[in-house]
Amino acid sequence: MNARPIGPMPWTLWLAAPMALCMAASLIFATPARAFGLQAPEPVFALAPAFAWAMIRPSVWPPLALLMLGLFQDLLWGTPLGLWPLCLLAAYGFIFSFRAILVGQEFWALWAWYALACGLGLGVGLLTISLEAGHVPSPMGVAWQWLVSAILFPFAWRLIERYEDQDVRFR
Amino acid sequence: MSLRDGPFGDIKPPLAWLTRIALALAVMAAIALVITDRGGTGRPGAYLAARRTADSVTGPVGGVMSAPVRWVGDGFDSVRGYVFAGSQNRELRRELAAASSWRDEALALRGENARLRAMLGVKTDPPLPMVFARTVIDTRGPFANSRLADAGADRGVTEGNPVMSDHGLVGRVAGVADHVSRILLLTDIESRTPVLIARTNGRAILTGDGGPNPALAYLRNHDPLRDGDRVLTSGDGGVLPRGLPVGAVVKGYDGAWRVALDSDAAPIDFVRILLFKDFSQIAPTAALAPTTLPSTATGAPDTPPTPAAAPAKSAAPAKASAP
Repeated sequence: MNARPIGPMPWTLWLAAPMALCMAASLIFATPARAFGLQAPEPVFALAPAFAWAMIRPSVWPPLALLMLGLFQDLLWGTPLGLWPLCLLAAYGFIFSFRAILVGQEFWALWAWYALACGLGLGVGLLTISLEAGHVPSPMGVAWQWLVSAILFPFAWRLIERYEDQDVRFR
Repeated sequence: MSLRDGPFGDIKPPLAWLTRIALALAVMAAIALVITDRGGTGRPGAYLAARRTADSVTGPVGGVMSAPVRWVGDGFDSVRGYVFAGSQNRELRRELAAASSWRDEALALRGENARLRAMLGVKTDPPLPMVFARTVIDTRGPFANSRLADAGADRGVTEGNPVMSDHGLVGRVAGVADHVSRILLLTDIESRTPVLIARTNGRAILTGDGGPNPALAYLRNHDPLRDGDRVLTSGDGGVLPRGLPVGAVVKGYDGAWRVALDSDAAPIDFVRILLFKDFSQIAPTAALAPTTLPSTATGAPDTPPTPAAAPAKSAAPAKASAP
């Protein structure tokens, strides 16, 4: 088995690659496809790297990357500009503030925290859009999007597993 | 030589604090964007150019990406059609039998309608010009419900044009670029559509909330609604033409009256964009043309002209000018 390189992580791997994957996945899931009469769900893929980046290490780049990812989603989905950056940054900030007690937790415990962060992010979106539109969006719609986003935790876990120990300064 | 090898290599910046500062700056930027992008009372179209550019890029990309996805979906539908061919056949036979009796009734009513219109001299609306388009991007989350269609300003589409599927109203055009347009669906939280209940002629505003069934708000009728009542566009406000099919009334899980949209009956792959601007489009052009009013100088202001005298008066100059 090859030893993994230890040292500063190349930003292309832990930042740019997940960003590109999220953008591609969002684009694919935005195609108007139906299978057996059912539409594909619309998960918020960017919540997975938002969680993982907060867990991996402190860095000034993830907030900026999430700002970019959120703006991409706003332009793709036609939401008010700034809505999704706010949601993603809320989830990131929440997890980052609890990073000290979350590092080293088990898979299922982290999944619960991830679901909580998804709920917080979508809650911020719900509040913002309610203020913007003047009435509250369908709670069922928000709950469904939370559910399909929360099941994406294995992708966040994979990212954490891959890069958590890469930089010895943050072990 | 990298920075780490230089004299500043031993400096350890407080990364956690720097991260917090970056986070705060990013949050402030996001809040500023939300505030400045407010439509309605705010500054509508503050980032219109950015949105148009993004739509112009994502439209063709979505068109390319949706092709294989559509083929796979069509494959699934073929399999489904093959598996359920027997039950579909039975259902179609039943529908055909029901439709046959309706056809006779519709033919009789059409004849009667034509006779009554001829007797009353009713002017019917001329057909509206329309553009066919394919939807390439579909947004269906709780905060936005919109679609990108591959027809834009180059084909005469303008903001506000109503959009229909085979079955009923889908929404209206909310943004137009050169080759694509963004359709705001009836289910979007920003969508407000004036509708009427066909049975009672009662008015309401169809209000989207991100869910599949938009609610009926501001109901203006004492006659209560019933499950299955047909809902049509009312044409109030002149935003949409009157009488476009919208759906049927259903009782929502929250107890509110909602509408099961007709357009949900089938996938909205292809849409018709009606090039409707306002009611002047469907009024007779001759009636709207500016006319010369008769002169008010009669010589005897106290005696109003009789209806019989007025045409004779207006005809006099015509006779005089004739060769």
